[in-house]
Amino acid sequence: MIVERKELSFLEKTYLPGIAQGIKITARHFFDTVSGRKKVTMQYPEEKWTVPEGYRGAPYLVKDQEGRTKCVSCQLCEFICPPKAIKITPPGPEVRDELGGVEKGPEDFEINMLRCIFCGLCQEVCPEEAIFLMKDYSLTGQSREEMIYHKDKLLELGGVHNDTIMKWKKKDEEARQQASFH
Amino acid sequence: MTLQDILIATAKIVAFVGLVLPMIAYSVVAERRISAAIQDRIGPNRVGPFGLLQPLADGLKFLLKEDFTPNYVRKAYFWMAPALTMIPSFVVFAVIPFGSSLFGEKMVIADLNVGILFTFAIVSLSVYGIVLAGYASNSKYPFLGGIRSSAQMISYEIAMGMSVIPVFMLTSDPQFYATGLSEAWTTFLAGTADLNLSRIIAYQSGSLFDWMIFKQPLAFLIFLVAAFAETNRLPFDLPESETELVAGYHTEYSSMKFALFFLGEYAAMIAASALMVVLFLGGWTLPFWGLDEPASNLFTGLLHIAIFIGKLGIFMVFFIWIRWTLPRFRYDQLMNLGWKRFLPLALANIIVTAVWLWFRS
Repeated sequence: MIVERKELSFLEKTYLPGIAQGIKITARHFFDTVSGRKKVTMQYPEEKWTVPEGYRGAPYLVKDQEGRTKCVSCQLCEFICPPKAIKITPPGPEVRDELGGVEKGPEDFEINMLRCIFCGLCQEVCPEEAIFLMKDYSLTGQSREEMIYHKDKLLELGGVHNDTIMKWKKKDEEARQQASFH
Repeated sequence: MTLQDILIATAKIVAFVGLVLPMIAYSVVAERRISAAIQDRIGPNRVGPFGLLQPLADGLKFLLKEDFTPNYVRKAYFWMAPALTMIPSFVVFAVIPFGSSLFGEKMVIADLNVGILFTFAIVSLSVYGIVLAGYASNSKYPFLGGIRSSAQMISYEIAMGMSVIPVFMLTSDPQFYATGLSEAWTTFLAGTADLNLSRIIAYQSGSLFDWMIFKQPLAFLIFLVAAFAETNRLPFDLPESETELVAGYHTEYSSMKFALFFLGEYAAMIAASALMVVLFLGGWTLPFWGLDEPASNLFTGLLHIAIFIGKLGIFMVFFIWIRWTLPRFRYDQLMNLGWKRFLPLALANIIVTAVWLWFRS
């Protein structure tokens, strides 16, 4: 392909119309920005964007409406977690009454937020609906240790998730009835 | 020279440096904010109200950074170069009349009768700092930058010098100074000669169309473009050209030594703007409200300084504006423009002015 080169007029050869045109363009951008007619930058810490539905932020643990930790430390999330960010310490064999005496809640639940890739597989795999990716996106800390979130912090950040079935409550009642039956 | 003269000169120097240093600092802020606005951004607005304390943060950063000297450089020249770029830009200010008079003192540090020659002599020194930096760094990119700057600055020096000759041809009109001036001006100009910069201001003080920008538009255009080349500003920042030469002559510099180059560039811009204000925009005068004569009281004296700074500001904004508008010239285009376009044009301008003056007389 041959590109035809336009013969420039004398005025165009002096560069001056080109410069004037350039100044016009930059002036337009300048005044648009200064007058605030065109706004492109968000003043981040002061202004924040609304997090859309379905956003995959930091994973936190939830409790049900009666204050019971929903996690039963089945460790499915620990196994599926691609970057191995989750570490669950299961409880020992002794029965703890505050858990209803029926199942095992986690002794400790750690998520290393520096390793987490926010893929959501833990939420997907959880049979108890105990872990959810929430809307937090700017996690900060002063040290690596601080960025490993433990059970208490995760539960506090996660809040309460409404459970309509309350499976473990029924199992608990059942177990207690059988215990008294003996 | 009496002790009193020395004290007055010292006071003027201190006051003027106190005026120029903040101007340099704030032109850096202005550059960053204006460039941001042109590029649809906001720019630095975190330090202080509207980011006005940014120079303090920048200065602190430069002072606290490690002052690193690579072990292969030529040490003595390496240390000398930043000072050599900074000093000439400041020395130029010595002859610039930045106001009429305060307390009966002329607001110019050194009222030289060869003002413009002095300016050109000093401005041409500023090339040494850059060339020396390029040579002393002992590395490819600074060396290329140094070579480019020497060729560029020397070429445009010539066009610049030629372009102001018609201005002085017009202003060295003995008839005008004998009859055309008021008493205030005559006493103000007593003892000055043709090349004194105050005389040029006097010549332009009559009306708006006495300004040299209207009488010698071609000279102004050539001087303006040459000023861009002399101060290494875009579109002529070939010694520095970040994209091809990394940072050109100051690649190897860090911390305060780099800051001196950086501030030297802005000082040179202010000096060039000041010179253009004096030569083409009527200096500290305005052709109305009685501001066209040397001040008789304190208020007008201060007002004249404010007018001068205002006109300076227009040029500074223009410098910045152009930087974010035009792309860099290719090296041969730069040389072509300097030698084949501006030099003949400036010479033609001299001849045309000479013919016109001869015709008029």
